[in-house]
Amino acid sequence: MFRNKKTRYTMILSGPYLLWIIGGTLIPLIMMFYYGLTTADGGFTLSNVFAIAEAGHAKALGQALLYSAVSTVVCFVLAFPLAVILKNSKLGTKGFVVFVFILPMWMNFLLRTMAWQVLLEKGGVINGVLTWMGLPRMRLINTPGAIIMGMVYDFLPFMIMPLYNVMSKIDNNVVEAARDLGASGWQVIYKVLLPLSVPGIVSGVTMVFVPALTTFVISNMLGGGKIFLIGNVIEHEFTVGDNWHLGAGLSLVMMVFILISMAFIAKFDKNGEGNLL
Amino acid sequence: MSAPIIELEHITKSFDGQMILDDLNLTVHENEFITLLGPSGCGKTTTLRIIGGFEHPDQGRVLFEGKDITELPPNKRNLNTVFQRYALFSHLSIAENIAFGLKVSKKSKAYIDDKIKYALKLVNLDGFEHRTVDSLSGGQQQRIAIARAIVNEPKVLLLDEPLGALDLKLRQDMQYELIRLKNELGITFIYVTHDQEEALTMSDTVVVMNQGYIQQMGTPENIYNEPENAFVADFIGDSNIIGGIMLQDELVQILGVKFPCVDSGFGRNKPVDVVIRPEDVILGEPGAGRLDGEVSHLIFKGLLYEMEVMAGGFEWLVQSTKCFPVGTPVSISVDPYNIQIMNKPESEDEEAIGVQE
Ligand SMILES: Nc1ncnc2c1ncn2[C@@H]1O[C@H](COP(=O)(O)OP(=O)(O)OP(=O)(O)O)[C@@H](O)[C@H]1O
Ligand SMILES: [Mg+2]
Repeated sequence: MFRNKKTRYTMILSGPYLLWIIGGTLIPLIMMFYYGLTTADGGFTLSNVFAIAEAGHAKALGQALLYSAVSTVVCFVLAFPLAVILKNSKLGTKGFVVFVFILPMWMNFLLRTMAWQVLLEKGGVINGVLTWMGLPRMRLINTPGAIIMGMVYDFLPFMIMPLYNVMSKIDNNVVEAARDLGASGWQVIYKVLLPLSVPGIVSGVTMVFVPALTTFVISNMLGGGKIFLIGNVIEHEFTVGDNWHLGAGLSLVMMVFILISMAFIAKFDKNGEGNLL
Repeated sequence: MSAPIIELEHITKSFDGQMILDDLNLTVHENEFITLLGPSGCGKTTTLRIIGGFEHPDQGRVLFEGKDITELPPNKRNLNTVFQRYALFSHLSIAENIAFGLKVSKKSKAYIDDKIKYALKLVNLDGFEHRTVDSLSGGQQQRIAIARAIVNEPKVLLLDEPLGALDLKLRQDMQYELIRLKNELGITFIYVTHDQEEALTMSDTVVVMNQGYIQQMGTPENIYNEPENAFVADFIGDSNIIGGIMLQDELVQILGVKFPCVDSGFGRNKPVDVVIRPEDVILGEPGAGRLDGEVSHLIFKGLLYEMEVMAGGFEWLVQSTKCFPVGTPVSISVDPYNIQIMNKPESEDEEAIGVQE
């Protein structure tokens, strides 16, 4: 059967991965397409996909786009200056600062979000401190701000890593050349550092935008079930609504967004410079 | 000589507690082609970076046309740098690279377009406007780096081993190009290299540096023919450096033999270093010269034969158009004016500082 030893080894070694791909990606994908494109009695339909146009669903998608766009911008505004500062700082402190910002990433996602719940609650830590200082309590939880806060907190490391990565790879000579040619500190940033870090920006933006777009945990826990994002709708259909067909159909729509994002990364990040690893 | 344009006064710089430049003083004149020459790590780049504003000296001042610019950032200095590894902007086209400095200083579009054309012509790369940086060879990138600097019409151009990454043939071509450019532009060049031949060919003035000290400064001829100490003699071309004793004015004893020379003022019986260039050693019939010996090595070097001759317990390096095969008994003589006498350094420190008058 096998022509020689080498191909046999290759087969044996790649076997587990093949199983993984089949079991972890291929089968779920096929199931999703199956459920998404059929009705409860098994007939083909596109209505589950087009259901995205229904008022409630379209609104949830619009909300999700808005929330994730805002969080992505906030993440970028926080991460870009940090990456610039880290580029200019001495070598010793750099690794440590990155470590501090990345640290929360190693904590469980649910736990992190829950921690914000505890902080923001009506009788939570922040309001406790406010009361103690004699100030009136504030409504923090179940607001759009709380959701944005949660998204930014959860996904910021995914923006910092690729930005820090590209930024630290930019040759310092190039920065000095720009200074030499008369550029001020600001001009160096927007004429040299910004355009040269586009690959990192693109992968950072997608790595924040896509998970923020599809999340339902953050909006559930910090939005108090009042703010419905598309992720919540899909989750609802799969659990409470018990309508897998509709859930899968809407998920297919979300996949389009993921594919668009991947195409963006491929276009701007040809050398894989902005990659996490 | 014309007016000073750059003056370094008592510049001191250390990194991590290690002294790199110690009380460096240097004056560069308008329209001069001055070269900093020295072995790797001697502080050439550091000196250039202090002039460019990329390093701040621990002590001392940098003057530009008499004005103190020590605290001025690089973008406020009327000089431009050509970096060792080109440092072009890979996200910009060639034309945009050249236009960078002009756009920053808000020149008109017509002016910028004119300048791009002019600069590309000057570096012999007409028509390269829309190429990408990656598509250029090393030599072409180097020329773009030069074009990018000179369109800003700096009064001084700093060049840090600009030809270091090029192959020999291209280097030689570029050396002529640079000299031509310099003459056309009429600006001051401060050039860094560790290639002594390059320094001698191109410069008006050569500054030989070692361990953060200026060893000797002068015209290429002056540096080559009258090295002030053994370091300079050794670094600039091949030399025979032999310990000797200055018996009296115009008479030196080397390897136990008296040689007439033209130097005086060293006193009597003073230990000195004697430098004799290989091309100044005259070989002849045994007994016809001051010392007898035997040829121990022979290499053909194109124009010349290079030989090593064992004589008086010293291996003499000799260059001659005549060939003396290995084993030939020969005599050695040297014309008095080709013998260069130097004070011996008395301590390690002085060795680094060089002998100063
Ligand atoms: N930023 C820095 N931090 C620490 N040490 C430095 C720094 N820059 C230069 N040095 C040290 O200063 C010394 C002189 O460096 P410099 O770059 O001026 O040498 P150079 O003469 O240009 O040598 P080369 O011919 O190899 O380029 C070297 O020992 C170098 O390690
Ligand atoms: Mg150097």
